[in-house]
Parts: sequence; structure tokens; C-alpha cells
Amino acid sequence: MNAFGRTNPLWLLLCVLLFSSLAHAVEPDEKLADPALEARARALTAELRCVVCQNQSVDDSDAPLAKDIRVLVRERIMAGDTDEEVIDYIVARYGRFVLLNPPLSGDTVLLWFGPGILLVVGLALAYLYVRRLNRAPVAPQPLSPAEEDAVKRIIEDPRA
Amino acid sequence: MIAEVGLFSLVLAFTLAVAQATVPLYGAAVGDGRLMAFARSSAIGQLLFVAFAFGSLTAAFVVSDFSVSLVAQHSHSAKPLMYKISGVWGNHEGSMLLWVLILAIFGGAVAAFARNLPDTLVARVLAVQGMIGAGFLAFILFTSNPFARLDPAPVNGNGLNPLLQDPGLATHPPFLYLGYVGFSMAFSFAVAALIEGRVDPAWARWVRPWTLAAWAFLTMGIMLGSLWAYYELGWGGWWFWDPVENASLMPWLAGTALLHSAIVVEKRDALKRWTILLAILTFTLSLIGTFLVRSGVISSVHSFASDPARGVFILGLLVATTGGALTLYAIRAPQMKLGNLFAFASRETSLILNNVFLVVTCGAIFIGTFLPLFVQISNGDQLSVGAPVYNFFFVPLAIVLMALMAIGPLLSWKRGNIAAALFRLKVAAVAALGVAAGTLLLQAGWAAIAFAVAAWLLVGSVWVIVERMNLSGGLGAAWARAAGLPRSAWGMVVAHAGVAVCAIGIASMSVWTAETVTLLKAGQAASVAGYEVRLLSVRDEQGPNYTAKVGRFAVSIGGAQIDEMIAEKRVYPNPGSETTEAALRVRPLDVLYVTLGQGHPDGVWTVRMYHHPLVVFIWGGAVIMVLGGLLSLSDRRLRVGAPRRAAA
Repeated sequence: MNAFGRTNPLWLLLCVLLFSSLAHAVEPDEKLADPALEARARALTAELRCVVCQNQSVDDSDAPLAKDIRVLVRERIMAGDTDEEVIDYIVARYGRFVLLNPPLSGDTVLLWFGPGILLVVGLALAYLYVRRLNRAPVAPQPLSPAEEDAVKRIIEDPRA
Repeated sequence: MIAEVGLFSLVLAFTLAVAQATVPLYGAAVGDGRLMAFARSSAIGQLLFVAFAFGSLTAAFVVSDFSVSLVAQHSHSAKPLMYKISGVWGNHEGSMLLWVLILAIFGGAVAAFARNLPDTLVARVLAVQGMIGAGFLAFILFTSNPFARLDPAPVNGNGLNPLLQDPGLATHPPFLYLGYVGFSMAFSFAVAALIEGRVDPAWARWVRPWTLAAWAFLTMGIMLGSLWAYYELGWGGWWFWDPVENASLMPWLAGTALLHSAIVVEKRDALKRWTILLAILTFTLSLIGTFLVRSGVISSVHSFASDPARGVFILGLLVATTGGALTLYAIRAPQMKLGNLFAFASRETSLILNNVFLVVTCGAIFIGTFLPLFVQISNGDQLSVGAPVYNFFFVPLAIVLMALMAIGPLLSWKRGNIAAALFRLKVAAVAALGVAAGTLLLQAGWAAIAFAVAAWLLVGSVWVIVERMNLSGGLGAAWARAAGLPRSAWGMVVAHAGVAVCAIGIASMSVWTAETVTLLKAGQAASVAGYEVRLLSVRDEQGPNYTAKVGRFAVSIGGAQIDEMIAEKRVYPNPGSETTEAALRVRPLDVLYVTLGQGHPDGVWTVRMYHHPLVVFIWGGAVIMVLGGLLSLSDRRLRVGAPRRAAA
């Protein structure tokens, strides 16, 4: 572990070499017979992060751990859990880290409200900028003495 | 020997870069023409030295000189020549050398081609480029020497990760770097303008071709990476919101905003402070991209050569570059004039809105990418931000932006008429409603909005040209009128249409993808989206540097065979790993995608088949955007060069 990373690069490389190059993960024997329940399981596992191949969802990963979670999710669904109960069950075991779609909490306030605030601030700044342009002094600046002289000369002798 | 000469050449390039960073600046300050002229010759000298070093490393890879440590680690004598060459940048040290080479190419291009620019501006631009070059050359020399020797030299090398042995990925990094590094030109022009204390329409015109070229390269680079992921990773995903993908998308969004705001500076002499800031931010985001990939700070499939010590060095470069530029900005920006007047309903305002939406999108991605890192450092907690979050923000922002994109070009400068613009878009509105109704019938749900907006943008963009052609006057005359339009107008229309095409592909992939995962024996079949796919046989085959299981499939519709497809599972012994070579049946309107999965006893195979309607539009749209950029780049006013700047 170093100051920045939670991941040992070697471990990551191993993960890439071992798993990520293989095809899409769900194996036929894992699937639930009921298509509606299977669709729910797929949707749920797509929102869980594989803790081995960290840039893949559990639904995509070929790591054995991801397979375990896939099977676990399907077991919970068969046991009659709601989607929230399944997610809570997985989070209780593997921690918040597995959630690709983290809920609003103290440290995700910025994540969920930041972009909205940015948009409001951006639009407000744009509005203020254009309004300021439109309110900029429209009255012409008084002529400098040199310019007044020039105007006077032109009026007196238009050909000069 | 060649490695030592290459290293020596890099040292010379570094020394020259330090001189280039200082001498011309002094020359410009005191008005000494000879010292300023040194900028051009040193930029060309730097290009020659860096190119020589890069050539030396390439030569070491081509002849498989395993006494060079980098070659031994990343190459293998059995590798095809193309991948020996692409192996040069398939690793940390070599890719940094490529980065510096491209920087030197841009610097050399300014020195050779920028003839109409004032001497002081050229001197200052090249000096800033020299600073960036010196920083990155120092990074290479002190932390990432690509020429380090190995004693004793191994008999053979470790080979290149086979995932990277692919034409798409061989060309992806160079294009990406041409984009990233290309934005250094916008940065250098911005800093030079801050030093000179002068930003005007002429400046915007000088900087435009460089920004446009960098943008086109970056678009191409991102598109190649996405295409590669689609066919190589084996399940038809084309975008993963991976931190490193985000790292390339952020400068793209900021760079796109920059292209548009620079138009306001050029045409209307307004929005100058913002444009300068955006130029600085865009290159900063490019540096952050380099930092993300090279430090391995955030876990990613891309960090194949991550090292925190190097990360700290790049972070230092980042702080120095951006911090320096922003300090200069804080001192100089308040002196810049506010700019010319325009009304709320005007082309200028529409371009400002474009900037707001692009930058907010970029900001949302930035927060998502870096918040987990920030949370971990501050309270040690672990947080993941994945595709569901990014899609939640990206999709609505992109849809609003696309809806506005059709209107903006129809507003006139200074004071436009929104009602009139909307009235001119009536054909586009009809098209959008028609598409919405049609896709709702096909049960596209919410994606119907995306399809409708894409149709609105596509028809609305093309309509600008159709209107100007005035078809009532006969086809020949109309064509002549269309051909007479400036290339930049065509470029805009084509690029905007490309965005629409890309959006259609994305929306289609998100709702209409069909997939079947099943177990098949030779002779058995399964179906996906009306196609019947039969496994004919699975054979062993021997490739140049791999062995493969080769599955043959027959594709039929309604019992009549229409095609045969071949999918492979390859095993590469050096280094030992597997890849999936999916079978793709590519048609303009859909792709049938079949992969051979795990083998089971008794000749049973896991087979995955996908139907991806309109997926080609995603990359087709990106290529159309690039074409738009190139068209705009070929505009006469950029080739002829800007008129002489008015006297100060």
C-alpha cells in the first residue's frame, strides 16, 4: 500500500492477464430459469464492482470472486429478497466499495450535488457576464482635447 | 552502442530545451531579434535530437536488442514487426518518449510554418514549449530512462501483452498523444499572450488551427480506443467510464469548449479571459490524463506500468505548469478588456451556453474520477463511482447540449432572433417528432428522447446548408452556392452531424442490444435477434506467436444460411495469457457478435452471441466529427494566414 493507491499494480496486471481478456462473464449454468428474475439479477450485478478486476462490474468480470457474488445475488433473489435487501446483503459482506452507484452520504454530497451546483453557477456567471456587457457605459466617452482639435479642423476644412 | 547514442541525444535535447525556455523570453523582453530567432532554431534542433533518440529506441526494438532492459521486458523476437514497432510505446518509458517527440514535432512545426506571426509571439510561444519539453525530458532522464542496459542480456524478451498486439491499439496511443500534446500549443499561445498582455482576434486566428488539429487527433484517438475495446475485450462494451477513459474525455470536452469560445474571440473580440483560462485548463486536463495513466493513482486496466514515484514527479510538473500559468493569469487577466457588446439572444450567447454545458459535463466527470481518491486520502474510506453515476449526469447534459446545438448556428452575431431560428428549424422539429413516435412504437422508452434530439440535430445541422443552397433556383446553381460556402461552415455542419450520428448509435446500443449466452456442441444452434447461429466445429490452430481454438459458426435467417463466422480463443505463451478474438459480422445497420467462451467436457462450449443494432454509428459519428474538423482546418482563412495585426 502506498500513499495514493489501494491497488498493488502487480495484482492489477495479474488480473488483466488472467481475467479481463476473456469473454463476458455470466456462464449459462448460473442463469436463473425465470427470465424476469434473471433480468433483475443482471441489473443488480451490473451495479456492483468486482473487487478483483476493479474496472469491471460483477456482471462483466471473469474473476472467481465475481462469480461467487453473481451466484450469491441469484440465491438472495430466489430467497425472495427485494433489490434493496440484496444490495444491503452484499454491502454488509463486501463493503460500500462494491457499489458502482454509491448512495448519498456525507462524503458523496459533492458527487451528487456538485454537477448541479456547477451548472447553476455556470449559467449564473454566463447571465451576469452578458448583462454586464449590456450595462457597460453606453454613453460615449468625452473627446480628448486632441480629438476635439481634430474634429474642429475637419469641420473647418473637410478636404484636409 | 545505439542505446547510448540515443540517451546522449536525449541529454542534448534537454540542454537545448532549457536554453529554448529562457533565451527567447529574454530576447523578447529586451527586443533582441537574434535572441528571439534562437527560438526557431532551437525548436528544430530539439525536434532532431528527440527524433534521433526515438529512432534509436525503435531500432533497438526492431533488431530485438535484449541488452536494452526495456526491449527485454516488452518485446520478443517472435513478434510481428508491426508490434515490435508499436512495442516502443506499449510501455511507460517509450510512451513518455513518444509524448516528448510529439511535443517536439509541434514545436518544430511552429518554427517551420508559423511565418505570419510577430517575432515576439513566436519567441514566447516556443519558450513556453521549451519549458514543457525541459520538464518532461527531465522526467524521462531522471525517472524513466528508456535506454537502461541489462547485463547479462536475456536470450529472449518477455513479450508484449497480447491484448495490446492489435492494429487498433498500436495506433491508439499516438493519436491520443497527438491530441493531448497538441493542446500544449493552445496553452503556450495562451501563456505567451498573457506575457505580451494582448489577446485579440488575430491571436485567436493563429491559435485556431493548432487547437483544431489537436481536437481532431484526440477525437480519433478516443474513437480508436473505444473501437478496440469493442472488438477485443470480447463482450461488445465500447465505453466503460474507466478513469483513464475519463482522462481522455475530459480534455476532449474542454478542448471542444475551447474551439467554440475561440470563435467568439476571433469574430467578436469578446470572451477573451475565459478563452485563455480554458486553454490553460484544457492542457492541464491533458497533463492530468498523463498523470493518471503514468502514476497508477487510480486503478485502471491502463496502468500497465504504474509507479507512484514517477507520479509524484509528474504531479510536480503539473503543479508547476498549471500553477505558473494560473498565477500569470491572475496578474494579467484583470487588465484585459471586457469585450464587445452582444444581446442575450445571439450567436455569442449560444456559444457561451455550449461552453457552460461542456465544462459542467467535464466537471461532473472530474468529480466522479477524483472523489474516490480524495475520500480515501481524507478518511481512508473506499468509494466507487461507476457507469450508473456517470450516465446519470452525462446523458441529460448531452441531450440539452444537442438540443441547443441545432439552434445556435441559426442565430446571428450580436443580436439574433430565437423565434425566427426555431421557425427555420420546423423541418427538424417534424423529423424529431416523427422519430420519437417511431421509436416509441419500437418500445425504446426514454431513449426515444435521445433519438428525437439526435434527429433534430442531424436535420437541423444539414438544414443550414440546404437553406443556403436555395433549391428553388435549380440544382446546378444550388450546388455552386453550396460549394461556395466557406470550408469552416461546412466543417461545423459536418462535425455537428457527426455528433448526432454518434448519439443515434449510443442510444440504439443502450436499448436494443440483444444477447444470448448458451452451451453448444458442434452441430447445435441458438438464436439471437432473429439470427440463428450454429456451431460447426472447434479446431486447434497455430498462429505466428500463439495457439488458438478456432470456432466456426454458420449464420442463417429463416433457415437459409447467409454467412459463416470464425471466433478464436488465443493463448499467447510470451507472456502467457489468453485473448478472445470475437467473430463480427459487420453491416452498416447492425453487428452480429459471437464469441467462443469456456470449453467444457464432451466438446461443449460456452457461446455468447450479441446483436448490436446501429453500433457502427458510434465510431462512424466520431469519424464524421474528425472529417468536420479537417474540413474546417482546410479553410482558406487559416491557410492564407491572418492579416497583419493592427498597430498597438
